[in-house]
Amino acid sequence: MSEEYLVNIEHEKLSFFTPAGEVKALNDVNIHLRQGEVLGIVGESGSGKSVTAYSLIGLTADPGKLISGSLYFNGHQVDQMTEKEMRKIRGNEISIIFQDPMTSLNPVYTIGNQITEVITLHTNKTKEEAKARAKELLELVGINEPEKRLKQYPHELSGGMRQRIMIAIALACEPKLLIADEPTTALDVTIQAQILELMMELKDKLGMSIIMITHDLGVVASMCDHIAVMYAGRIVEYGTTDQVFYEPKHMYTKGLIRSIPRLDTDEHQRLIPIEGTPVDMLNPPKGCPFGPRCEACMKICLKQNPPITEFDDTHYTYCWLQQKEAMERLAADSSAKSSGGGEA
Amino acid sequence: MTEKNEDFIVVEHLKQYFPAGGHGKNKKYVQAVDDVSFTIKKGETLGLVGESGCGKTTTGRSLLRLYEPTGGRFVFDGDVIFDVEKKEYANMLPYRKRMQIVFQDPYASLDPRMTVGDIVGEAIDTHHLAKNDKERYDMIIELLRKVGLNSEHANRYPHEFSGGQRQRVGIARALAVNPDFIVCDEPISALDVSIQAQVINMFEDLQRDLGLTYLFIAHDLSVVKHISDRIGVMYLGRMVELAPANELTNTPLHPYTESLISAIPVADPIKARTNKRIVLEGDVPSPVNPPSGCRFRTRCSRATEKCAQSAPEFKELVPGHFVACHHVTLEEAQKKLAKND
Repeated sequence: MSEEYLVNIEHEKLSFFTPAGEVKALNDVNIHLRQGEVLGIVGESGSGKSVTAYSLIGLTADPGKLISGSLYFNGHQVDQMTEKEMRKIRGNEISIIFQDPMTSLNPVYTIGNQITEVITLHTNKTKEEAKARAKELLELVGINEPEKRLKQYPHELSGGMRQRIMIAIALACEPKLLIADEPTTALDVTIQAQILELMMELKDKLGMSIIMITHDLGVVASMCDHIAVMYAGRIVEYGTTDQVFYEPKHMYTKGLIRSIPRLDTDEHQRLIPIEGTPVDMLNPPKGCPFGPRCEACMKICLKQNPPITEFDDTHYTYCWLQQKEAMERLAADSSAKSSGGGEA
Repeated sequence: MTEKNEDFIVVEHLKQYFPAGGHGKNKKYVQAVDDVSFTIKKGETLGLVGESGCGKTTTGRSLLRLYEPTGGRFVFDGDVIFDVEKKEYANMLPYRKRMQIVFQDPYASLDPRMTVGDIVGEAIDTHHLAKNDKERYDMIIELLRKVGLNSEHANRYPHEFSGGQRQRVGIARALAVNPDFIVCDEPISALDVSIQAQVINMFEDLQRDLGLTYLFIAHDLSVVKHISDRIGVMYLGRMVELAPANELTNTPLHPYTESLISAIPVADPIKARTNKRIVLEGDVPSPVNPPSGCRFRTRCSRATEKCAQSAPEFKELVPGHFVACHHVTLEEAQKKLAKND
């Protein structure tokens, strides 16, 4: 089963052992991603979106510890790999674009240096060949005068330009999987549009998969095939983009979609916020982590974490409400085939 | 004095330059804000959008005299706050009670060594608004209640609060002096999505209850549209378009506003697939050395010779709709407006 997926994360539990106590960063996370697909992971800060992706390339070492579960990439079990084996994959088959292009480039090396480093490290190319490849890459990401740029330092470039360099570095070895961790959050909208367009173009050209980590629902709506909504270290809802946007099942997903102001309506509707404050990961609430903020919270939600409810092959959620509804619907269906299901 | 009833806030030809190295003749300036004019009525919200470095924050700060303005005139409720030409500058202390600001970063704008009560109470002390300690305490608690916090919070320190709660403290601090006018400088961009709506609603409630006038600065056009009556769009220190919120988002006239709106990712998969983005080429030029003429011309698809030679005038093309572009004509504007009506 792990063969058909490029990325297959099963029941991953990961904790950080901090001086203040154990932070259960990931709780039973499952992710399946095929070649060429784009998966969006959305959620607020601290929900575990980055950790999920980082654990795949072994960037959660030290205070972080994998408690249980298994992580497969391209058929190989990543969590059993030694650091040496990991280094062969990292930057080569899986690469990553970080959020902040201002801080993720080394300020004392030239752009050329930083791109060729990746190429010489992972391939047998000579310095000259690597340089030629670096130039090619800069052209690929739409940077003018690549010759000149290779000799420049990061501070000489604008934010959008730096993010393009990051993408060029990430693509240097034609990875099978690109992890984009809030790649456009630090950028302006018009530059964001350029970068997103570029990423989609390159995805089609190179046939890679993308894991897109973001808190911007607009970004996932336009780019992703599947969406995982995370809250307090759990995937609370998973489905295709259309399913998550048009048939959201989890109360948190519904709340998120309702709470964003829309550009396409003229009437002034009051926003419906999600009340309460984000979860304190050191002392997460008992039961469903979203329970204390949920408007439809029931007694059981504060006692026990809900089991999975699957709607079809691609769409599932963890919500007691869906359990109850599912049961009610079954009962109603069996007794008399009357009205169709309608949601509140 | 006629201005008093009509426009609460009148800003004319505001200029704010910052020195950027060089000496004598070669002295360079960052032209952060260059010739920006607008008005705000009492109880109205004017939204200001634009990309980083376009001068929206600087505009807000210059009005509060957090910088010394390089040029222009600012009339607040009929009183001249500054008029650089005539060298008139008002004593700010009494006006600080009427104009306040909420800063962008709730993590950096609260003193970590002061309790929340003292942060909110500082303004009460400065302006001697309370007669005794009891009254001061009551005022602080009342303010915290207004922003959805409670009395226990007064003795805590900022680090004990979440981002959304800190921003509430920042708002309570601004409200402490009972202001009429608040500059909201990206007050929600550092907050999580689920928290943003709470804070936006609070801004709206406070405006309704206290009759506040806002200058709401943000880079997120959807948020600005939601909260504003009118919106101004800035690019590289200049105002390029200003119109009622719905009209601006439905019928943008300036090419920059058009591309800005089309670049915003829509949180609706079907619309997102069909939407055609106008992707702007290149980056924003440096404000130290802005392009001649129209500042947008280096990235504009309609740019011609004329755009390089002279800067377009910021004029009211259709009633209430201001644009600064050589190519947008009255006929074109009317046609577009009629189509989207």
